Amino acid sequence: MSADLVVAGAGIVGAACAYYAAREGLSVTVVDRGPIAGGTTGAGEGNILVSDKEPGPELDLALLSNREWRELAGLPLDGETFAAAVELEHKGGLVVASRQASLDGLGRLAAEQRSAGVQAVAVPARRLHDHEPHLAHDLAGGYLYPQDMQVQPMLAAAHLLRMARASGATVLPHEPVTGFLRDGERVTGVRTPRREIPAGAVLNATGTWAGELAALAGVPVPVAPRRGFVLVTEPLPPMIRRKVYFADYIADVASDSAALQTSAVVEGTKAGTVLIGASRERVGFDRAFSLPALRLLAAGALRLFPVLDGVAVLRAYRGFRPYCPDHLPVIGPDPRAPGLHHACGHEGAGIGLSLGTARLVTQALTGGTPDIDTRPFRPDRFGTEAAA
Amino acid sequence: MTTPPQFEIYFDGEPIPCRDGWTIGAALTAAGIRSWRTTRHRQRPRGLFCGIGVCFDCLVTVDGQPSLRACLTPARPGDEVRTQEGTGR
Repeated sequence: MSADLVVAGAGIVGAACAYYAAREGLSVTVVDRGPIAGGTTGAGEGNILVSDKEPGPELDLALLSNREWRELAGLPLDGETFAAAVELEHKGGLVVASRQASLDGLGRLAAEQRSAGVQAVAVPARRLHDHEPHLAHDLAGGYLYPQDMQVQPMLAAAHLLRMARASGATVLPHEPVTGFLRDGERVTGVRTPRREIPAGAVLNATGTWAGELAALAGVPVPVAPRRGFVLVTEPLPPMIRRKVYFADYIADVASDSAALQTSAVVEGTKAGTVLIGASRERVGFDRAFSLPALRLLAAGALRLFPVLDGVAVLRAYRGFRPYCPDHLPVIGPDPRAPGLHHACGHEGAGIGLSLGTARLVTQALTGGTPDIDTRPFRPDRFGTEAAA
Repeated sequence: MTTPPQFEIYFDGEPIPCRDGWTIGAALTAAGIRSWRTTRHRQRPRGLFCGIGVCFDCLVTVDGQPSLRACLTPARPGDEVRTQEGTGR
């Protein structure tokens, strides 16, 4: 067994990269130490957002990815469309502010985003209920982002891998990378407990665990876990149409703090359950549930949607976002270990950013011209400091 | 039933014998009722599955409150249990 490309990681990023590379004619093998979407992909909300990003490299990648999601949406799949199969909904995002000062801040952000190609529509307080009939009545106003989308991330990863296999890729779950094949500095494949897989290139798409894999190749990548909880309500009749969140979510995402932060993000799903996020804290890989965090999430959701009072929470789940110190993902070839590429560190935006990332990775592998400037994502930008 | 009932609850208006300490799910099952909910999209029948509060398959409406887990909800005299269609809301 040998491949043009070995992808380590069967989450959404690895799946997208495998599909895009296989579609370009590369022979691809995907390995993962666990099941498909068993890490952060299986613990997210399925955000495909442009609304929460300030102009800059991440927004450029988000816009590129947004176009790719729209492109894939109409592909035929199993007698339906890709969009239907992965519950991709062009639902739009509604960002709301509780006070005028916060709304003014949103307005300034929206103006900057518009100049970068984002659609953002001001929604005055008296029109908020045209968009969300059950929204609280004391909000100052908001902005509607029609480009924001939602997807069921595990379905998306699984179907992208199926599509990769239809283009000739091999997928090997429960097979960890235990080492790299080397020719001097060059990475020439991977070793697993079952086999050696020589490869023209190896892609590190192991998300929050990317630092560990990179260390096996002797190169530091400072990805650290940032924990988040999500509450899942009982199934409800459709009552929340869009992805709705408070403006302070944007500041929380951009923050460097390790302490617990929560900001209300509420959305319905096709299954009828309502997902309530979002918390952020850096506590390592501690999987313990935090009642204070769950209480804050519930309180935030009630603040946005008083109608949720009395609705039962079925369960909560948590995951670990792959956090980078500069809040940008790590994408592209690693000059410190030729043959090794990275696609990791997308923090809480990996679902949405996966497709644009796959384009950039494939362009780097095939010598194509990148769609956007990839220098802000380069793997060696952190200097010599290893991950904490 | 080997022990005599202590009180009754009602399922879609019909009296069901019950005893102290039973859950709604236990009472319905003891009465030979296996399904008390229909699914949201295809109206398929549902009742006890895991029986320990994890799977949320046995949701039922009691005294007007929808989506209670029959397997965990203690039965009280006179409870009005209703078949739940879809979300029950």
